[in-house]
Amino acid sequence: MNKESAKLYSTVDAMEEIASTKEASEGRSSWECVLLSRQQNRPSASYYIHQICDEFMELHGDRYYGDDKAMITGIGTMGGRAVTFIGNRKGANMKENISCNYGMSNPEGYRKALRAAKQAEKFNRPVICFIDTPGAYPGLGAEQRGIGEAIARNLKEFATLRVPVLSFIIGEGGSGGALGIGIGDKLYMLENAVYSVITPEGFASILLRDPSQAQSAAEAMKMTSRDLKEFQIIHDIIPEAPGGAHTDPAFTANAIKETIERDLDNLCTKTPENLVRYRLRKIRNIDVQLHSDNPETSTKLLEVFTRCRL
Amino acid sequence: MSKQIQCPSCHRVFDYDVVASYMKVCPKCGYHHRLTPAERISSIADGNSFAEFPFTYAFPNPIGLEGYQEKISQSRDKANLEEAVITGECTIDGRPCVVAVMSFDFMGGSMGSVVGEKIAEAMIEGALRHEPVIIFTASGGARMQEGIFSLMQMAKTSAAAALLEKSLTPLFIVLTHPTTGGVTASFAMLGDVNLAEKGALIGFAGPRVIEGTIGEKLPAGFQSAEFQLEKGFIDAIVAREDMKKTLSFLIRVHMGEHSNE
Ligand SMILES: [Zn+2]
Repeated sequence: MNKESAKLYSTVDAMEEIASTKEASEGRSSWECVLLSRQQNRPSASYYIHQICDEFMELHGDRYYGDDKAMITGIGTMGGRAVTFIGNRKGANMKENISCNYGMSNPEGYRKALRAAKQAEKFNRPVICFIDTPGAYPGLGAEQRGIGEAIARNLKEFATLRVPVLSFIIGEGGSGGALGIGIGDKLYMLENAVYSVITPEGFASILLRDPSQAQSAAEAMKMTSRDLKEFQIIHDIIPEAPGGAHTDPAFTANAIKETIERDLDNLCTKTPENLVRYRLRKIRNIDVQLHSDNPETSTKLLEVFTRCRL
Repeated sequence: MSKQIQCPSCHRVFDYDVVASYMKVCPKCGYHHRLTPAERISSIADGNSFAEFPFTYAFPNPIGLEGYQEKISQSRDKANLEEAVITGECTIDGRPCVVAVMSFDFMGGSMGSVVGEKIAEAMIEGALRHEPVIIFTASGGARMQEGIFSLMQMAKTSAAAALLEKSLTPLFIVLTHPTTGGVTASFAMLGDVNLAEKGALIGFAGPRVIEGTIGEKLPAGFQSAEFQLEKGFIDAIVAREDMKKTLSFLIRVHMGEHSNE
Protein backbone atom coordinates (compact mmCIF):
# COMPACT_ATOMS: atom_id res chain seq x y z
CA MET A 1 0.00 0.00 0.00
CA ASN A 2 1.48 3.34 -0.97
CA LYS A 3 1.63 6.39 1.25
CA GLU A 4 -1.33 8.02 -0.46
CA SER A 5 -3.70 5.13 0.13
CA ALA A 6 -2.47 4.58 3.68
CA LYS A 7 -3.38 8.16 4.41
CA LEU A 8 -6.83 7.65 2.94
CA TYR A 9 -7.46 4.54 4.99
CA SER A 10 -6.53 6.23 8.23
CA THR A 11 -8.94 9.07 7.43
CA VAL A 12 -11.66 6.61 6.59
CA ASP A 13 -11.15 4.62 9.76
CA ALA A 14 -11.31 7.75 11.86
CA MET A 15 -14.60 8.64 10.19
CA GLU A 16 -16.12 5.21 10.75
CA GLU A 17 -15.99 5.78 14.49
CA ILE A 18 -18.33 8.76 14.40
CA ALA A 19 -21.65 7.02 14.36
CA SER A 20 -23.20 6.19 17.68
CA THR A 21 -26.00 3.69 17.90
CA LYS A 22 -29.38 4.34 19.36
CA GLU A 23 -31.75 1.43 19.41
CA ALA A 24 -35.08 1.97 17.74
CA SER A 25 -38.22 0.63 19.31
CA GLU A 26 -38.77 -2.92 18.19
CA GLY A 27 -42.52 -2.75 18.58
CA ARG A 28 -43.92 -1.39 15.31
CA SER A 29 -44.60 -3.49 12.25
CA SER A 30 -43.28 -2.35 8.87
CA TRP A 31 -46.79 -1.50 7.78
CA GLU A 32 -47.36 0.65 10.87
CA CYS A 33 -44.19 2.55 9.95
CA VAL A 34 -45.47 2.97 6.39
CA LEU A 35 -48.68 4.52 7.71
CA LEU A 36 -46.87 6.70 10.26
CA SER A 37 -44.38 7.92 7.67
CA ARG A 38 -47.23 9.10 5.46
CA GLN A 39 -49.34 10.65 8.20
CA GLN A 40 -50.55 14.15 7.29
CA ASN A 41 -49.48 15.74 10.60
CA ARG A 42 -45.99 14.23 10.55
CA PRO A 43 -43.37 17.00 10.98
CA SER A 44 -42.08 18.20 7.62
CA ALA A 45 -38.72 19.23 6.19
CA SER A 46 -39.83 22.83 6.48
CA TYR A 47 -40.63 22.33 10.21
CA TYR A 48 -37.23 20.79 10.96
CA ILE A 49 -35.37 23.46 8.98
CA HIS A 50 -37.04 26.28 10.89
CA GLN A 51 -36.62 24.47 14.19
CA ILE A 52 -32.92 23.81 13.61
CA CYS A 53 -31.86 27.11 12.08
CA ASP A 54 -31.34 30.42 13.83
CA GLU A 55 -32.24 32.11 10.55
CA PHE A 56 -33.38 30.66 7.26
CA MET A 57 -33.92 32.13 3.81
CA GLU A 58 -35.67 30.10 1.14
CA LEU A 59 -34.24 30.37 -2.37
CA HIS A 60 -36.45 29.60 -5.35
CA GLY A 61 -36.14 28.27 -8.85
CA ASP A 62 -33.92 26.04 -10.96
CA ARG A 63 -32.91 28.85 -13.39
CA TYR A 64 -34.00 26.74 -16.38
CA TYR A 65 -37.72 26.18 -16.21
CA GLY A 66 -39.44 27.10 -12.99
CA ASP A 67 -39.82 26.74 -9.26
CA ASP A 68 -40.91 23.33 -8.04
CA LYS A 69 -42.89 23.77 -4.84
CA ALA A 70 -42.39 20.10 -4.01
CA MET A 71 -38.74 20.89 -3.28
CA ILE A 72 -37.58 23.45 -0.74
CA THR A 73 -34.06 24.88 -0.90
CA GLY A 74 -32.36 27.65 0.98
CA ILE A 75 -29.63 28.84 3.30
CA GLY A 76 -29.77 28.74 7.06
CA THR A 77 -27.53 29.45 9.99
CA MET A 78 -26.77 27.12 12.88
CA GLY A 79 -24.64 28.80 15.50
CA GLY A 80 -21.66 30.15 13.61
CA ARG A 81 -22.27 28.02 10.56
CA ALA A 82 -24.02 28.68 7.25
CA VAL A 83 -25.68 25.58 5.86
CA THR A 84 -27.60 24.84 2.66
CA PHE A 85 -30.86 22.95 3.14
CA ILE A 86 -32.68 20.86 0.57
CA GLY A 87 -35.93 19.07 1.32
CA ASN A 88 -39.03 17.52 -0.17
CA ARG A 89 -42.29 19.33 0.56
CA LYS A 90 -45.67 17.65 0.68
CA GLY A 91 -47.58 20.54 2.20
CA ALA A 92 -49.31 20.73 5.58
CA ASN A 93 -52.94 20.62 4.43
CA MET A 94 -55.04 19.56 1.46
CA LYS A 95 -54.60 22.86 -0.37
CA GLU A 96 -50.83 22.79 0.09
CA ASN A 97 -50.73 19.09 -0.81
CA ILE A 98 -52.12 19.99 -4.22
CA SER A 99 -49.80 22.95 -4.82
CA CYS A 100 -46.83 20.82 -3.70
CA ASN A 101 -47.94 17.87 -5.85
CA TYR A 102 -47.93 15.67 -2.72
CA GLY A 103 -44.16 15.96 -2.52
CA MET A 104 -43.56 14.46 -5.95
CA SER A 105 -41.01 16.58 -7.76
CA ASN A 106 -40.73 17.29 -11.43
CA PRO A 107 -37.30 17.62 -13.09
CA GLU A 108 -37.09 21.28 -12.08
CA GLY A 109 -37.22 20.19 -8.42
CA TYR A 110 -34.11 18.04 -8.83
CA ARG A 111 -32.38 20.77 -10.85
CA LYS A 112 -33.25 23.30 -8.16
CA ALA A 113 -31.72 20.95 -5.56
CA LEU A 114 -28.59 20.61 -7.66
CA ARG A 115 -28.35 24.35 -8.07
CA ALA A 116 -28.49 24.74 -4.29
CA ALA A 117 -25.85 22.04 -3.82
CA LYS A 118 -23.45 23.53 -6.38
CA GLN A 119 -23.92 26.94 -4.79
CA ALA A 120 -23.11 25.40 -1.42
CA GLU A 121 -19.99 23.81 -2.88
CA LYS A 122 -18.85 27.13 -4.33
CA PHE A 123 -19.14 28.87 -0.97
CA ASN A 124 -17.98 25.90 1.09
CA ARG A 125 -21.26 25.36 2.92
CA PRO A 126 -22.30 21.90 4.08
CA VAL A 127 -25.54 20.51 2.64
CA ILE A 128 -28.36 18.97 4.66
CA CYS A 129 -31.13 17.07 2.85
CA PHE A 130 -34.51 16.09 4.26
CA ILE A 131 -36.17 13.31 2.30
CA ASP A 132 -39.93 12.85 2.38
CA THR A 133 -41.45 11.88 -0.95
CA PRO A 134 -43.53 9.05 -2.40
CA GLY A 135 -41.28 9.35 -5.48
CA ALA A 136 -40.55 11.52 -8.48
CA TYR A 137 -43.67 12.60 -10.39
CA PRO A 138 -44.66 10.10 -13.10
CA GLY A 139 -46.31 12.66 -15.36
CA LEU A 140 -46.26 13.88 -18.94
CA GLY A 141 -44.27 17.07 -18.33
CA ALA A 142 -41.79 15.27 -16.10
CA GLU A 143 -40.92 12.93 -18.97
CA GLN A 144 -40.82 15.74 -21.52
CA ARG A 145 -38.38 17.69 -19.38
CA GLY A 146 -36.22 14.66 -18.58
CA ILE A 147 -36.95 13.45 -15.06
CA GLY A 148 -34.57 10.52 -15.65
CA GLU A 149 -31.74 12.81 -16.67
CA ALA A 150 -32.40 15.18 -13.77
CA ILE A 151 -32.18 12.42 -11.15
CA ALA A 152 -29.19 10.77 -12.85
CA ARG A 153 -27.29 14.05 -12.88
CA ASN A 154 -27.95 14.59 -9.18
CA LEU A 155 -26.65 11.10 -8.34
CA LYS A 156 -23.46 11.81 -10.24
CA GLU A 157 -22.93 15.36 -8.99
CA PHE A 158 -23.71 14.67 -5.33
CA ALA A 159 -21.26 11.74 -5.40
CA THR A 160 -18.37 14.15 -5.91
CA LEU A 161 -19.63 17.31 -4.23
CA ARG A 162 -16.69 18.83 -2.35
CA VAL A 163 -18.61 19.76 0.81
CA PRO A 164 -20.16 17.53 3.49
CA VAL A 165 -23.63 16.23 2.62
CA LEU A 166 -25.91 14.77 5.30
CA SER A 167 -29.27 13.25 4.38
CA PHE A 168 -32.17 12.45 6.67
CA ILE A 169 -35.14 10.36 5.61
CA ILE A 170 -37.83 11.95 7.75
CA GLY A 171 -40.95 10.28 6.32
CA GLU A 172 -41.34 8.44 3.05
CA GLY A 173 -38.17 7.59 1.16
CA GLY A 174 -39.70 6.70 -2.18
CA SER A 175 -37.36 5.18 -4.74
CA GLY A 176 -35.33 7.21 -7.25
CA GLY A 177 -37.20 10.34 -6.25
CA ALA A 178 -35.74 10.03 -2.75
CA LEU A 179 -32.31 8.98 -3.95
CA GLY A 180 -32.17 12.12 -6.11
CA ILE A 181 -31.42 14.10 -2.94
CA GLY A 182 -30.10 11.12 -0.97
CA ILE A 183 -26.43 10.74 -1.93
CA GLY A 184 -24.09 11.96 0.75
CA ASP A 185 -21.54 11.27 3.43
CA LYS A 186 -24.09 10.18 6.01
CA LEU A 187 -27.61 8.87 5.62
CA TYR A 188 -29.96 8.76 8.60
CA MET A 189 -33.53 7.62 9.04
CA LEU A 190 -36.05 8.72 11.58
CA GLU A 191 -37.20 5.77 13.62
CA ASN A 192 -40.54 5.38 11.84
CA ALA A 193 -39.45 6.50 8.38
CA VAL A 194 -39.34 4.06 5.47
CA TYR A 195 -37.07 3.77 2.43
CA SER A 196 -37.73 1.49 -0.49
CA VAL A 197 -37.34 0.93 -4.21
CA ILE A 198 -41.12 0.89 -4.73
CA THR A 199 -44.18 1.38 -2.52
CA PRO A 200 -45.44 -1.76 -0.78
CA GLU A 201 -48.63 -1.34 -2.81
CA GLY A 202 -46.57 -1.40 -6.03
CA PHE A 203 -44.50 -4.34 -4.86
CA ALA A 204 -47.67 -6.25 -3.99
CA SER A 205 -49.35 -5.67 -7.31
CA ILE A 206 -46.28 -6.32 -9.47
CA LEU A 207 -44.43 -9.10 -7.67
CA LEU A 208 -47.15 -10.67 -5.55
CA ARG A 209 -49.82 -9.95 -8.21
CA ASP A 210 -52.23 -8.93 -5.47
CA PRO A 211 -52.54 -5.26 -4.47
CA SER A 212 -54.27 -6.23 -1.22
CA GLN A 213 -51.02 -7.83 -0.03
CA ALA A 214 -49.38 -4.44 0.68
CA GLN A 215 -48.97 -5.17 4.38
CA SER A 216 -47.05 -8.39 3.89
CA ALA A 217 -45.14 -6.74 1.03
CA ALA A 218 -43.99 -4.06 3.47
CA GLU A 219 -42.55 -6.77 5.72
CA ALA A 220 -40.93 -8.69 2.86
CA MET A 221 -39.32 -5.58 1.39
CA LYS A 222 -37.41 -4.75 4.59
CA MET A 223 -37.94 -1.02 4.39
CA THR A 224 -37.83 0.19 8.01
CA SER A 225 -35.04 2.07 9.76
CA ARG A 226 -34.12 -1.11 11.67
CA ASP A 227 -33.84 -3.13 8.46
CA LEU A 228 -31.71 -0.53 6.73
CA LYS A 229 -29.45 -0.07 9.72
CA GLU A 230 -28.85 -3.80 9.69
CA PHE A 231 -28.05 -3.64 5.97
CA GLN A 232 -25.64 -0.78 6.67
CA ILE A 233 -27.47 1.30 4.07
CA ILE A 234 -28.00 3.98 6.72
CA HIS A 235 -25.57 5.15 9.35
CA ASP A 236 -27.94 5.55 12.23
CA ILE A 237 -31.52 5.88 13.43
CA ILE A 238 -32.85 9.18 14.79
CA PRO A 239 -35.26 8.54 17.67
CA GLU A 240 -38.87 9.70 17.70
CA ALA A 241 -41.18 10.15 20.66
CA PRO A 242 -42.93 6.87 21.58
CA GLY A 243 -46.16 7.91 19.84
CA GLY A 244 -44.32 9.00 16.67
CA ALA A 245 -42.55 12.21 15.65
CA HIS A 246 -45.80 14.18 15.48
CA THR A 247 -46.48 13.67 19.20
CA ASP A 248 -43.29 15.53 20.15
CA PRO A 249 -41.79 17.17 17.07
CA ALA A 250 -39.28 19.24 19.05
CA PHE A 251 -37.76 16.06 20.50
CA THR A 252 -36.87 14.72 17.04
CA ALA A 253 -35.82 18.15 15.78
CA ASN A 254 -33.38 18.35 18.64
CA ALA A 255 -31.97 14.89 17.92
CA ILE A 256 -31.50 15.86 14.28
CA LYS A 257 -29.77 19.08 15.27
CA GLU A 258 -27.37 17.28 17.58
CA THR A 259 -26.53 14.78 14.86
CA ILE A 260 -25.87 17.54 12.34
CA GLU A 261 -23.62 19.45 14.73
CA ARG A 262 -21.64 16.35 15.70
CA ASP A 263 -21.13 15.19 12.11
CA LEU A 264 -20.29 18.61 10.72
CA ASP A 265 -17.74 19.23 13.47
CA ASN A 266 -16.04 16.10 12.26
CA LEU A 267 -16.61 16.19 8.49
CA CYS A 268 -15.67 19.86 8.11
CA THR A 269 -12.13 19.11 9.28
CA LYS A 270 -11.59 16.78 6.27
CA THR A 271 -10.06 18.01 3.06
CA PRO A 272 -12.57 18.09 0.21
CA GLU A 273 -10.59 15.44 -1.61
CA ASN A 274 -10.66 13.00 1.28
CA LEU A 275 -14.32 13.68 1.81
CA VAL A 276 -15.12 12.79 -1.79
CA ARG A 277 -12.89 9.73 -1.76
CA TYR A 278 -14.52 8.45 1.39
CA ARG A 279 -17.98 8.97 -0.08
CA LEU A 280 -17.11 7.25 -3.34
CA ARG A 281 -15.60 4.30 -1.50
CA LYS A 282 -18.71 3.99 0.66
CA ILE A 283 -20.96 3.95 -2.40
CA ARG A 284 -18.69 1.51 -4.24
CA ASN A 285 -18.91 -0.98 -1.38
CA ILE A 286 -22.59 -0.65 -0.65
CA ASP A 287 -23.37 -4.32 -1.37
CA VAL A 288 -21.83 -5.76 1.75
CA GLN A 289 -22.96 -9.21 0.80
CA LEU A 290 -21.34 -9.18 -2.65
CA HIS A 291 -18.04 -8.92 -0.78
CA SER A 292 -17.15 -6.10 -3.07
CA ASP A 293 -15.00 -4.65 -0.34
CA ASN A 294 -12.39 -7.15 -1.37
CA PRO A 295 -8.79 -5.96 -1.58
CA GLU A 296 -8.79 -5.92 -5.36
CA THR A 297 -11.85 -3.65 -5.63
CA SER A 298 -10.37 -1.25 -3.10
CA THR A 299 -6.98 -1.26 -4.75
CA LYS A 300 -8.53 -0.50 -8.12
CA LEU A 301 -10.60 2.29 -6.65
CA LEU A 302 -7.59 3.85 -4.95
CA GLU A 303 -5.67 3.64 -8.21
CA VAL A 304 -8.49 5.36 -10.07
CA PHE A 305 -8.49 8.10 -7.41
CA THR A 306 -4.89 8.89 -8.29
CA ARG A 307 -6.01 9.49 -11.89
CA CYS A 308 -8.85 11.79 -10.97
CA ARG A 309 -9.06 15.39 -9.98
CA LEU A 310 -11.63 15.15 -7.22
CA MET B 1 -36.37 -24.89 -45.39
CA SER B 2 -34.88 -22.18 -43.22
CA LYS B 3 -36.62 -20.83 -40.13
CA GLN B 4 -39.17 -18.08 -40.75
CA ILE B 5 -40.04 -15.13 -38.55
CA GLN B 6 -42.88 -12.67 -38.65
CA CYS B 7 -42.19 -8.98 -38.14
CA PRO B 8 -44.30 -7.78 -35.19
CA SER B 9 -44.57 -4.36 -36.80
CA CYS B 10 -45.45 -4.92 -40.46
CA HIS B 11 -46.49 -8.58 -39.99
CA ARG B 12 -44.58 -9.71 -43.07
CA VAL B 13 -42.94 -13.12 -42.90
CA PHE B 14 -39.25 -13.45 -43.73
CA ASP B 15 -36.60 -16.15 -43.76
CA TYR B 16 -34.68 -15.81 -40.56
CA ASP B 17 -31.40 -15.71 -42.49
CA VAL B 18 -32.62 -12.73 -44.50
CA VAL B 19 -33.51 -10.75 -41.37
CA ALA B 20 -30.23 -11.82 -39.75
CA SER B 21 -28.31 -10.52 -42.75
CA TYR B 22 -29.84 -7.08 -42.03
CA MET B 23 -28.63 -7.23 -38.42
CA LYS B 24 -32.15 -8.22 -37.44
CA VAL B 25 -33.68 -5.02 -38.77
CA CYS B 26 -36.86 -5.67 -40.77
CA PRO B 27 -35.93 -5.22 -44.46
CA LYS B 28 -39.38 -3.79 -45.19
CA CYS B 29 -40.35 -1.55 -42.27
CA GLY B 30 -37.13 -1.08 -40.31
CA TYR B 31 -38.43 -2.69 -37.12
CA HIS B 32 -35.53 -3.52 -34.80
CA HIS B 33 -35.69 -7.08 -33.52
CA ARG B 34 -33.95 -7.68 -30.23
CA LEU B 35 -30.28 -8.69 -30.44
CA THR B 36 -28.69 -11.04 -27.94
CA PRO B 37 -25.61 -9.62 -26.21
CA ALA B 38 -23.45 -11.92 -28.34
CA GLU B 39 -25.07 -10.64 -31.54
CA ARG B 40 -24.74 -7.07 -30.32
CA ILE B 41 -21.06 -7.46 -29.58
CA SER B 42 -20.35 -9.11 -32.93
CA SER B 43 -22.15 -6.19 -34.61
CA ILE B 44 -19.61 -3.67 -33.29
CA ALA B 45 -16.43 -5.48 -32.22
CA ASP B 46 -13.54 -6.47 -34.48
CA GLY B 47 -13.53 -10.17 -35.37
CA ASN B 48 -12.82 -12.23 -32.28
CA SER B 49 -11.51 -9.31 -30.23
CA PHE B 50 -14.13 -9.57 -27.48
CA ALA B 51 -13.04 -11.11 -24.17
CA GLU B 52 -15.64 -11.31 -21.43
CA PHE B 53 -14.68 -10.18 -17.94
CA PRO B 54 -14.95 -13.20 -15.63
CA PHE B 55 -18.22 -13.75 -13.81
CA THR B 56 -17.30 -14.22 -10.17
CA TYR B 57 -20.45 -13.39 -8.26
CA ALA B 58 -22.37 -15.61 -5.91
CA PHE B 59 -26.14 -15.43 -6.17
CA PRO B 60 -27.28 -12.55 -3.96
CA ASN B 61 -30.66 -12.56 -2.28
CA PRO B 62 -30.08 -9.50 -0.12
CA ILE B 63 -33.58 -9.23 1.36
CA GLY B 64 -34.04 -13.00 1.47
CA LEU B 65 -37.04 -12.95 -0.85
CA GLU B 66 -38.84 -16.22 -1.32
CA GLY B 67 -38.78 -17.57 -4.87
CA TYR B 68 -36.06 -15.22 -6.13
CA GLN B 69 -33.43 -17.95 -6.41
CA GLU B 70 -35.79 -20.03 -8.59
CA LYS B 71 -36.58 -17.00 -10.71
CA ILE B 72 -32.87 -16.46 -11.35
CA SER B 73 -32.34 -20.12 -12.26
CA GLN B 74 -35.24 -20.00 -14.72
CA SER B 75 -33.91 -16.81 -16.28
CA ARG B 76 -30.45 -18.33 -16.66
CA ASP B 77 -31.93 -21.25 -18.59
CA LYS B 78 -34.28 -19.11 -20.64
CA ALA B 79 -31.85 -16.35 -21.61
CA ASN B 80 -28.76 -18.56 -21.63
CA LEU B 81 -26.94 -15.86 -19.68
CA GLU B 82 -25.66 -15.67 -16.11
CA GLU B 83 -27.12 -12.23 -15.52
CA ALA B 84 -28.78 -9.31 -17.30
CA VAL B 85 -25.51 -7.76 -18.46
CA ILE B 86 -22.35 -8.96 -20.17
CA THR B 87 -19.17 -6.95 -19.74
CA GLY B 88 -15.78 -7.26 -21.35
CA GLU B 89 -13.18 -5.71 -23.58
CA CYS B 90 -12.85 -5.57 -27.34
CA THR B 91 -11.41 -3.50 -30.12
CA ILE B 92 -13.37 -1.40 -32.60
CA ASP B 93 -11.38 -0.70 -35.77
CA GLY B 94 -8.31 -1.66 -33.79
CA ARG B 95 -8.91 0.65 -30.84
CA PRO B 96 -9.48 -0.88 -27.43
CA CYS B 97 -12.58 -0.21 -25.37
CA VAL B 98 -14.59 -1.59 -22.50
CA VAL B 99 -18.10 -2.68 -23.37
CA ALA B 100 -21.23 -3.65 -21.42
CA VAL B 101 -24.38 -5.03 -23.03
CA MET B 102 -27.61 -5.45 -21.12
CA SER B 103 -30.17 -8.09 -21.98
CA PHE B 104 -33.89 -7.50 -21.66
CA ASP B 105 -34.39 -11.28 -21.93
CA PHE B 106 -32.95 -11.77 -18.46
CA MET B 107 -35.62 -10.65 -15.99
CA GLY B 108 -36.46 -7.63 -18.11
CA GLY B 109 -32.88 -6.39 -17.92
CA SER B 110 -33.56 -5.39 -14.34
CA MET B 111 -30.68 -3.96 -12.32
CA GLY B 112 -29.82 -5.84 -9.14
CA SER B 113 -26.56 -5.99 -7.22
CA VAL B 114 -24.70 -8.10 -9.76
CA VAL B 115 -25.80 -6.03 -12.75
CA GLY B 116 -24.89 -2.81 -10.94
CA GLU B 117 -21.60 -4.26 -9.80
CA LYS B 118 -20.62 -5.41 -13.28
CA ILE B 119 -21.52 -2.06 -14.84
CA ALA B 120 -19.68 -0.09 -12.13
CA GLU B 121 -16.70 -2.39 -12.47
CA ALA B 122 -16.64 -1.94 -16.24
CA MET B 123 -16.60 1.84 -15.83
CA ILE B 124 -13.84 1.71 -13.25
CA GLU B 125 -11.85 -0.62 -15.49
CA GLY B 126 -12.28 1.93 -18.30
CA ALA B 127 -11.06 4.72 -16.02
CA LEU B 128 -8.04 2.63 -14.98
CA ARG B 129 -7.05 1.78 -18.52
CA HIS B 130 -8.17 5.13 -19.88
CA GLU B 131 -10.20 3.30 -22.51
CA PRO B 132 -13.64 4.46 -23.61
CA VAL B 133 -16.61 2.68 -22.06
CA ILE B 134 -19.57 1.77 -24.25
CA ILE B 135 -22.81 0.61 -22.64
CA PHE B 136 -25.82 -0.76 -24.51
CA THR B 137 -28.80 -0.37 -22.19
CA ALA B 138 -32.02 -2.41 -22.13
CA SER B 139 -33.87 -2.52 -18.87
CA GLY B 140 -37.20 -2.22 -17.16
CA GLY B 141 -35.42 -0.57 -14.22
CA ALA B 142 -34.45 -1.62 -10.73
CA ARG B 143 -34.79 -5.29 -9.74
CA MET B 144 -37.43 -5.07 -7.08
CA GLN B 145 -36.66 -8.56 -5.78
CA GLU B 146 -33.52 -7.10 -4.22
CA GLY B 147 -35.38 -4.36 -2.37
CA ILE B 148 -33.35 -1.33 -1.34
CA PHE B 149 -30.17 -2.89 -2.76
CA SER B 150 -31.57 -2.51 -6.27
CA LEU B 151 -32.08 1.20 -5.63
CA MET B 152 -28.49 1.48 -4.43
CA GLN B 153 -27.26 0.29 -7.82
CA MET B 154 -28.38 3.62 -9.24
CA ALA B 155 -26.05 5.33 -6.79
CA LYS B 156 -23.21 2.89 -7.44
CA THR B 157 -23.32 3.11 -11.23
CA SER B 158 -23.73 6.90 -11.23
CA ALA B 159 -20.80 7.32 -8.85
CA ALA B 160 -18.73 5.15 -11.19
CA ALA B 161 -19.79 7.41 -14.05
CA ALA B 162 -18.59 10.37 -11.96
CA LEU B 163 -15.19 8.70 -11.57
CA LEU B 164 -15.03 8.06 -15.28
CA GLU B 165 -15.74 11.72 -15.88
CA LYS B 166 -13.15 12.89 -13.35
CA SER B 167 -10.54 10.70 -15.04
CA LEU B 168 -11.50 12.29 -18.38
CA THR B 169 -12.41 8.93 -19.89
CA PRO B 170 -15.33 9.01 -22.35
CA LEU B 171 -18.59 7.18 -21.71
CA PHE B 172 -20.79 6.34 -24.69
CA ILE B 173 -24.31 5.14 -24.03
CA VAL B 174 -26.46 3.38 -26.59
CA LEU B 175 -30.09 3.25 -25.48
CA THR B 176 -31.92 0.26 -26.92
CA HIS B 177 -35.52 -0.87 -26.58
CA PRO B 178 -36.67 -0.53 -23.86
CA THR B 179 -34.74 1.53 -21.30
CA THR B 180 -36.79 2.77 -18.37
CA GLY B 181 -36.90 3.31 -14.60
CA GLY B 182 -33.79 3.27 -12.46
CA VAL B 183 -31.48 2.63 -15.40
CA THR B 184 -32.74 5.73 -17.22
CA ALA B 185 -32.44 7.69 -13.96
CA SER B 186 -28.80 6.69 -13.52
CA PHE B 187 -25.91 5.78 -15.84
CA ALA B 188 -28.05 5.54 -19.00
CA MET B 189 -28.48 9.32 -19.07
CA LEU B 190 -24.88 10.08 -18.14
CA GLY B 191 -23.01 9.44 -21.37
CA ASP B 192 -20.71 12.04 -22.82
CA VAL B 193 -22.62 11.01 -25.91
CA ASN B 194 -26.00 9.30 -25.69
CA LEU B 195 -27.05 7.38 -28.79
CA ALA B 196 -30.26 5.43 -29.34
CA GLU B 197 -31.75 2.88 -31.66
CA LYS B 198 -34.73 3.82 -33.81
CA GLY B 199 -38.06 3.37 -32.08
CA ALA B 200 -36.60 2.46 -28.68
CA LEU B 201 -38.80 3.26 -25.70
CA ILE B 202 -36.77 5.50 -23.38
CA GLY B 203 -38.21 7.04 -20.23
CA PHE B 204 -38.34 7.07 -16.47
CA ALA B 205 -41.89 6.09 -15.56
CA GLY B 206 -43.43 3.32 -17.64
CA PRO B 207 -46.15 4.35 -20.12
CA ARG B 208 -48.89 2.59 -18.15
CA VAL B 209 -47.86 4.32 -14.91
CA ILE B 210 -48.04 7.72 -16.62
CA GLU B 211 -51.40 6.89 -18.17
CA GLY B 212 -52.58 5.95 -14.69
CA THR B 213 -51.40 9.32 -13.35
CA ILE B 214 -52.88 11.53 -16.05
CA GLY B 215 -55.94 9.40 -16.69
CA GLU B 216 -55.64 9.33 -20.46
CA LYS B 217 -53.80 7.56 -23.27
CA LEU B 218 -50.34 8.81 -24.11
CA PRO B 219 -49.81 10.44 -27.50
CA ALA B 220 -48.25 8.16 -30.14
CA GLY B 221 -44.47 8.13 -30.03
CA PHE B 222 -44.30 9.43 -26.44
CA GLN B 223 -40.96 8.36 -24.86
CA SER B 224 -39.65 7.04 -28.19
CA ALA B 225 -36.04 7.61 -29.21
CA GLU B 226 -37.35 10.19 -31.67
CA PHE B 227 -39.17 11.98 -28.80
CA GLN B 228 -36.00 11.98 -26.68
CA LEU B 229 -34.04 13.41 -29.61
CA GLU B 230 -36.59 16.18 -30.01
CA LYS B 231 -36.57 16.93 -26.27
CA GLY B 232 -32.79 17.13 -26.23
CA PHE B 233 -31.85 14.10 -24.17
CA ILE B 234 -30.01 12.07 -26.80
CA ASP B 235 -27.43 13.09 -29.36
CA ALA B 236 -28.39 10.90 -32.28
CA ILE B 237 -30.44 7.95 -33.46
CA VAL B 238 -28.05 5.59 -35.16
CA ALA B 239 -28.98 2.82 -37.59
CA ARG B 240 -27.75 -0.60 -36.54
CA GLU B 241 -25.63 -0.97 -39.64
CA ASP B 242 -23.91 2.36 -38.87
CA MET B 243 -23.35 1.71 -35.16
CA LYS B 244 -19.82 0.36 -35.48
CA LYS B 245 -18.55 3.20 -37.63
CA THR B 246 -20.29 5.76 -35.40
CA LEU B 247 -18.67 4.33 -32.26
CA SER B 248 -15.39 4.08 -34.12
CA PHE B 249 -15.58 7.79 -34.99
CA LEU B 250 -16.40 8.73 -31.40
CA ILE B 251 -13.51 6.67 -30.05
CA ARG B 252 -11.14 8.18 -32.59
CA VAL B 253 -12.05 11.80 -31.81
CA HIS B 254 -11.93 11.24 -28.06
CA MET B 255 -8.83 9.12 -27.77
CA GLY B 256 -6.00 11.24 -28.95
CA GLU B 257 -5.78 10.85 -32.71
CA HIS B 258 -7.34 14.25 -33.16
CA SER B 259 -5.98 15.54 -29.90
CA ASN B 260 -6.28 19.19 -29.02
CA GLU B 261 -3.69 18.96 -26.28
ZN1 LIG C 1 -41.40 -5.14 -40.57
